[in-house]
Amino acid sequence: MTNLIPPGLILVLCALLIPCTRGYLRSLLLLGLPIFVLFLIWQVPDGTSLTIAFLEYSLQPIHGSAVGRLFATVFAIMLFAGNLFALGQARTTELTAAAVYAGSAICITLAGDLLSVFVFWEIMAIASTAVLWSAGTAESYRASIRYLLVHLLGGVILMIGIAGHVNETGSLVFTAMQTDSLAHWMILVGFLINAAAPPLSAWLADAYPEASPSGSVFLSAFTTKTAVFVLLQGFPGAEILIYIGLFMVFYGIIYALMENDMRRILAYSIVNQVGFMVTGIGIGTTMALNGVAAHAFTHIIYKALLLMSAGSVLYMTGKRKCTDLGGLFRTMPVTTACGIIGALAISAFPLTSGFISKSMISQAAFDEHLATIWLLLAAASAGVFLHAGIKFPWFVFFQKDSGLRPADPPLNMRLAMILFAALCIGLGVYPEPLYAILPYEVDYVPYTVHHVVAQLQLLLFAGLAFFVLLPQMKRTLTISLDFDWFYRRAFPFIIENIFSVIGKVYHPIQQSFFVRLNRGLAFISQRNGGTSRLLSHTYPAGSMVMWVTVILAVYLFLSFITH
Amino acid sequence: MESKQVHWLVRPATIRRLSITSLFVLALTVAADFFLPSYGHFGIDGTFGFYAWYGFITCALMVFVAKLLGLFIKRKDDYYHND
Repeated sequence: MTNLIPPGLILVLCALLIPCTRGYLRSLLLLGLPIFVLFLIWQVPDGTSLTIAFLEYSLQPIHGSAVGRLFATVFAIMLFAGNLFALGQARTTELTAAAVYAGSAICITLAGDLLSVFVFWEIMAIASTAVLWSAGTAESYRASIRYLLVHLLGGVILMIGIAGHVNETGSLVFTAMQTDSLAHWMILVGFLINAAAPPLSAWLADAYPEASPSGSVFLSAFTTKTAVFVLLQGFPGAEILIYIGLFMVFYGIIYALMENDMRRILAYSIVNQVGFMVTGIGIGTTMALNGVAAHAFTHIIYKALLLMSAGSVLYMTGKRKCTDLGGLFRTMPVTTACGIIGALAISAFPLTSGFISKSMISQAAFDEHLATIWLLLAAASAGVFLHAGIKFPWFVFFQKDSGLRPADPPLNMRLAMILFAALCIGLGVYPEPLYAILPYEVDYVPYTVHHVVAQLQLLLFAGLAFFVLLPQMKRTLTISLDFDWFYRRAFPFIIENIFSVIGKVYHPIQQSFFVRLNRGLAFISQRNGGTSRLLSHTYPAGSMVMWVTVILAVYLFLSFITH
Repeated sequence: MESKQVHWLVRPATIRRLSITSLFVLALTVAADFFLPSYGHFGIDGTFGFYAWYGFITCALMVFVAKLLGLFIKRKDDYYHND
């Protein structure tokens, strides 16, 4: 079966059954389908197992590789936990779209050619827009249209790049590329737009926080991490990615520090975390690429956990601003504990999953003697604890007493959080199973005395900085302008006003031109009128045409007799 | 709000005890540098308590930058509401 239909496509097709089911059957489908697909993913052998002829090219929709399998695995796990979290609260549209979304992401991780990547890339864009839509609010609708426009633009750029690549090489095979031609740059840009790289990174923090509580959990996982996967496959060691990644890391931290909405804080921290991965891809050594793959795996889990905990708060209180929240630890112990575990994991605390994955990227910079990059990554690790590790749990669950006394969310939501919290700790304590499925052999020991002490110093003193500087971080009822200001404010403003400006400039010019023209014509006709009656008469155009015809006829006649 | 008793975690005594414990742990992590051989690879990372002071200073710097940038790009959160 796995050499006939890609596992991801089975998920996409079975997703269409979700609207046809009700009650227990639907729950069974939602939870069983990801497990079944996970099983199928592990049946896919290495190399191409299905080739389809298309025009004069060949498509390879099933192409197993270690790194693809790793991403597909975490996508399937993510869909399972996301569905568990969404049971009973998410709309049918959202659940169906999320399954199509996850299925097409899995298809990309197991695709061996660029055209298959592109097709599922576009399906992902549409399915994720539908996930956003299902929140059902006016804000989410508008955000989803902005989101879709950015992703369709990215898709067009990617398609141009792929067409150029095929034209140059005559092959659709998805292999590692160099940034040596315009076509490859276009492919890189198309990939980077989905990774929320600058300058178009604003789409992520604009759209994801507008989804439903479960919708933002689904959205956090697939688009950016599929982009990480294709960058990892397509452009390992492309130096420019180091600088783009570092920019994303600090962009995420600074914007999250300024932010008041808890889910936007987490959205900015996705950009931050993907920045670590993009930097690692740019470094490009086996240690770095292993680190990127491992970090994508652990990141999906703890980021989903953080968004589940934020989603639970939103679901139970209807509030999402830090200024409205606080003191929820009293009545939401499970949500608080799971939120803290997610926060510790994203900060790469020892004994959590972030510690055993992110440190490999820093180690790669260290091994390559990239001092500046290593120092920036260390600062960024401290900054992660600052903006997500402490800021999120502190302002949501502790801080002041907001007077809100919500209970923990329903059982299925708690179970989903507990599952992922257990995975965060489990992978942190026992990383071997994850290390075993990384693309390259792992030659790395995360738990050395020196590494643990260093990480504790870094994080705890970042924590100290947080509490010392707390008065500087007083929450304000604000948002921070980003690149989206250009397409939400500047461009519409210019387009709305451009015609009135054109009118204002054009009208006087037109007026004075006609005045001069009339004056000139009047002058000429006056002069002509004075010289000759016959020539200055006004004749109808018809008589003119008739005389021309007569002249031509005479000319024709004369040419005949001269022969 | 109905419960007259303040949650134990937010009582002043608990907060004081937590602060003292935290400062003790902070001191302990730095003190560990006395017993560890210096692994300085780039020079700067071999300095005493490198990760501690580096973490603190860079975080302070990031908070400062965010504050400064906020002066220019922060807007009321209903800025885009009539889109």
